[in-house]
Amino acid sequence: MTRAALAALWSHWRRSPLQLFTLVAGLALATALWSGVQAVNSEARASYDAAAATLGEGRFDQLLPRAGDTIPEARFAELRRAGWLVSPVIEGRLDAPGAVRIVGLDPLTAPGGLGPVRLDGGTDLPAFLSGDTVFANPATAARLQGRIAARIVPDTGVAPDTAVTDIGAAQRILGRPAEMTRLMLAKAQPLGRPPLDQIAPDLVLHPAQEGADLARLTDSFHLNLTAFGLLSFAVGIFIVHGAIGLAFEQRRGMVRTMRALGLPLRRLVLLLAAELALLALVAGGIGVVLGYVIAAALLPDVAATLEGLYGAEVSGALQIRPEWWMSGLGIAFGGTALAAAGALWRIARMPLLASARPRAWAMSAGRTRRIQIAAAAALLAAAGGLAAWGGGLLAGFALLGCLLIGAALALPAALDAVLATAARGARRAVPQWFWADTRQQVPGLGLALMALLLAMAANVGVSTMVSSFRLTFTGFLDQRLAPELYVSTERPDEAAALEAFLAARSPEVLPILSVDTRIAGMPAEMNGIRVGPTYRANWALLAADGPASAVWDRVASGEAAIVNEQLSYRAGLRPGDTVRIAPDTVLPVAGIVGDYGNPVGQVIIGEALFERMFPAAPATRFALRTDDADGLRAALEGDFGLPAANITDQAAIRAFSLAVFERTFTVTGALNVLTLAVAGFAILMSLLTLASMRVPQLAPVWALGLTRRALGRLELARALVLAVLTALLALPLGLALAWALLAVVNVHAFGWRLPMFLFPADYARLGLFALVAAALAALWPARKLARTPPADLLKVFANER
Amino acid sequence: MNARALFLCLFLPAAAAAQGFAGLGTDAPGFDRPAPNPVFDFPADHGAHPAFRIEWWYLTANLTGPDGTPYGLQWTLFRSALAPDEIEGWQSPQVWFGHAGVTTPDRHFATERFARGGTGQAGVRVDPFFAWIDEWTMDGAPEGDVRLNAAGPDFAYTLDLAAEGPLVFHGDGGFSVKSAAGQASYYYSQPFFAAEGTLTLPDGAVPVTGTAWLDREWSSQPLAEDQTGWDWFSLSLDTGEKLMGFRLRQTDGSVYTSATWIAPDGTAAPMPDGAFSAVPLEAVPVAGRDVPIRWRVTVPGRALDVTVSTLNPAAWMGLSFPYWEGPVTVQGSHSGRGYLEMTGYE
Repeated sequence: MTRAALAALWSHWRRSPLQLFTLVAGLALATALWSGVQAVNSEARASYDAAAATLGEGRFDQLLPRAGDTIPEARFAELRRAGWLVSPVIEGRLDAPGAVRIVGLDPLTAPGGLGPVRLDGGTDLPAFLSGDTVFANPATAARLQGRIAARIVPDTGVAPDTAVTDIGAAQRILGRPAEMTRLMLAKAQPLGRPPLDQIAPDLVLHPAQEGADLARLTDSFHLNLTAFGLLSFAVGIFIVHGAIGLAFEQRRGMVRTMRALGLPLRRLVLLLAAELALLALVAGGIGVVLGYVIAAALLPDVAATLEGLYGAEVSGALQIRPEWWMSGLGIAFGGTALAAAGALWRIARMPLLASARPRAWAMSAGRTRRIQIAAAAALLAAAGGLAAWGGGLLAGFALLGCLLIGAALALPAALDAVLATAARGARRAVPQWFWADTRQQVPGLGLALMALLLAMAANVGVSTMVSSFRLTFTGFLDQRLAPELYVSTERPDEAAALEAFLAARSPEVLPILSVDTRIAGMPAEMNGIRVGPTYRANWALLAADGPASAVWDRVASGEAAIVNEQLSYRAGLRPGDTVRIAPDTVLPVAGIVGDYGNPVGQVIIGEALFERMFPAAPATRFALRTDDADGLRAALEGDFGLPAANITDQAAIRAFSLAVFERTFTVTGALNVLTLAVAGFAILMSLLTLASMRVPQLAPVWALGLTRRALGRLELARALVLAVLTALLALPLGLALAWALLAVVNVHAFGWRLPMFLFPADYARLGLFALVAAALAALWPARKLARTPPADLLKVFANER
Repeated sequence: MNARALFLCLFLPAAAAAQGFAGLGTDAPGFDRPAPNPVFDFPADHGAHPAFRIEWWYLTANLTGPDGTPYGLQWTLFRSALAPDEIEGWQSPQVWFGHAGVTTPDRHFATERFARGGTGQAGVRVDPFFAWIDEWTMDGAPEGDVRLNAAGPDFAYTLDLAAEGPLVFHGDGGFSVKSAAGQASYYYSQPFFAAEGTLTLPDGAVPVTGTAWLDREWSSQPLAEDQTGWDWFSLSLDTGEKLMGFRLRQTDGSVYTSATWIAPDGTAAPMPDGAFSAVPLEAVPVAGRDVPIRWRVTVPGRALDVTVSTLNPAAWMGLSFPYWEGPVTVQGSHSGRGYLEMTGYE
């Protein structure tokens, strides 16, 4: 019996391979987008974890030098002898080729298991201590091969572009004997330690961060990707829902027959569930494989984005990690269950002797619709509330969620209202029928239209954000990259010679002075600038305490600082406030500058003050103004002997910055296109589902004299009308989305607020795409209708309805 | 014997480490080996012997609080060499560990430190004697007054020790044989310390007095390959006599024992394999394994037949390389106090 029932159920898919394809393809597509996004996220997170584990940054309190960037090695034993359980770290860069961060640790005192170094016997400690073993990510290890005299052990636990070795070996490799760059503090410290300022007044304690800095900074980016993944999945589930609903509707007759033949309901439902589980497994499997392909294609861009935007190093090679493929399969099953629950429920509740005809149109959905409208109103109100009073990134995403879901739920009611108005305006019979019939299609097409609405709104919103960002960013680059040449030197003495050399040749030499520090408890950069015409003319102040020229004068004299927009948002600094830039230095904030493409806060102070505060961080890089860039470059290379690689021109930096920018949004763009494609597919499936059920409704119209061709044309027109209406509603929704992204999410995610620009041509093009997608999706069902054999239409009258 | 060089496992290649304590029995090429008939040279021999692979300064104390509460205390500095020499700086092949513990009748505190030689973080200076790792120090030679301190996250102590007797040399004048195959170490003790100091515990400071016992031992290969662990006793009897005895457990179930009977004036009488016997009477689960907490210890030649009971069965040193170490009480033909160490209980 079971076997016969299975064969009967399966015969349906054999007869309708298209439905089977739709179901599997929809589910696979949804799973692919979801698991692809998850794969990218988990790869990136694994890279951050490796970085945090390798460097101990963020996990442990640190002691850093108050000035400069080295600590004499003797301080280590002194602190230990005083009862401070510290562990030394030296970090530096090595050209290998491509920069490799060399991290030297002392495994005997390092707190916890750091990177590949553990005291549990898993490491060949004698080899490590003897200084001839270097651990590196496999790709990095290959680059180091032959570059350093040590045994290089590939280890995936080490962050990309990083090599970990014993501190003694690292000092040797970096050529910095008897130096440390920081000290890590063990979490558990012994009783009775003297205070730090008594034994090491030259060191500053930096508390551990809750969660690594990188993870915090990049959270917003990953949240973004996850949101896109979920959106794609939701759209995919619309397809699956349509396909399963259709298959179950069409099999009602079969179900009734099987039950009449004695198949118990319980077993039937179980068989149907098993059938769906099998389909979910197959589709989920395909989806995970597709997801891997998508992730592998996206990952290099994502890695470049994260590197360019946050300085986070992410491995470009994708690894198969159980967390994403299992979550992919899980969501395939969950999605199928969600999509099929209603259909299964109806089968389970169907009376044995129920008519086999498809259900009459569910126009009795009055109550459902009222609930839907109420929910939509509540969500939109919540979105308004969040926009007015919400704060923080999470509130920003909640706002997006409420806005999108609320709008989607409101869509059928909105469409119905518009169509009802149109119907009232129609005078002749055919238009009256057209509008009334279109209204009747809205519930059936609702889910597909919601998918289209979401996809279009996301497109409008995201493209508005990206294009606004691009306009602002290119303007910003033009301002900032005023100097014609950028040169770098290797050593301070070379830098001094270079400055002397340039004195007569360049009207303005701008040293690039920068140290990493912490301001208001957050990682930040401190920059020293030589205030001159370049800064005064090109750096626009977003807000200032007094006239711009006075602001620059105060910065030049060391009386005030300028902070970037990120820092001003995060630390709540406005012009006129004060900022503590060192334990003993507080300066008023004179102005705020925009700073796009940099996640960390920045404090800008005058050159003289910077040199007083950080005597050990002299400038080795310079920006140069010149009228004759080529001539100066030739002089630098020829007369001064600076290697060509140390000279970069403005155009190259500009191109590089723009490339980073473009890559940042490649992923977003790709996901956008995929989402729209999925929405088009959803419309096609819904129309196909409806088409076969609509014959009984169309037959009387045909009988009254409307030709099949005319009916087909009207079907096409109906789809277009609905798509146009949806697109029109998607536009304001998309703009609201763009506003939320620019004014709420970006401010919290990146720390800058961008002006919003409108791009009507882009929206028109997008609307056209949506119409074409809807038309293409409607064409096939319309053609099918136009070619329905008259006999089929006649049968409607012959059969009992 | 307190060949507590289990920590050495850390420095053996993974394959040897996987053999557990048997790994201690592997050959140590390049290192010196103890030879019979040693001639000690003090104060130099109180210091480190880099030509030998392992070495320790091991102090245990039985203490009493003002209300009569018994306490146990441990201070240990281990040295373990990767190569038989010393180099200044991070290239030093000398690795040092410190272990400190305090045992009360119902609590046990333990903590550890790691360091390498050559950086000043840990070491031993001979004249005047000063041994240290981080802020833990043992200041003063074992023939005279010694000041001792250590601290962990939840406990600390300082102890003033005064030697009230001579150094005691185990085995054949300080050459202590550890197996029938002839593995041996240099081994001497100062078992006659009077102790006075302060324990800092979570409930506050406790002034304590009592006795302490320092072991000095160095070797390059203390165990035979078929030995899996040991049980070591240092007992101070109320008669003024003292007993050091250990048994090394072998993979075939047999044991190798050695002991020293110490008269109140410090005269040492070494005892051969079999003259000392220790048999577990009761084991309880401690830290996920069964550990003996009551022993019958007999030395027929000295008419000693006693039961040795732990003060606190939970005196587990749950450190990188865990073992049991805690104070014990002695009852039976003799009474007294002492310390017990048990290793190799998997």
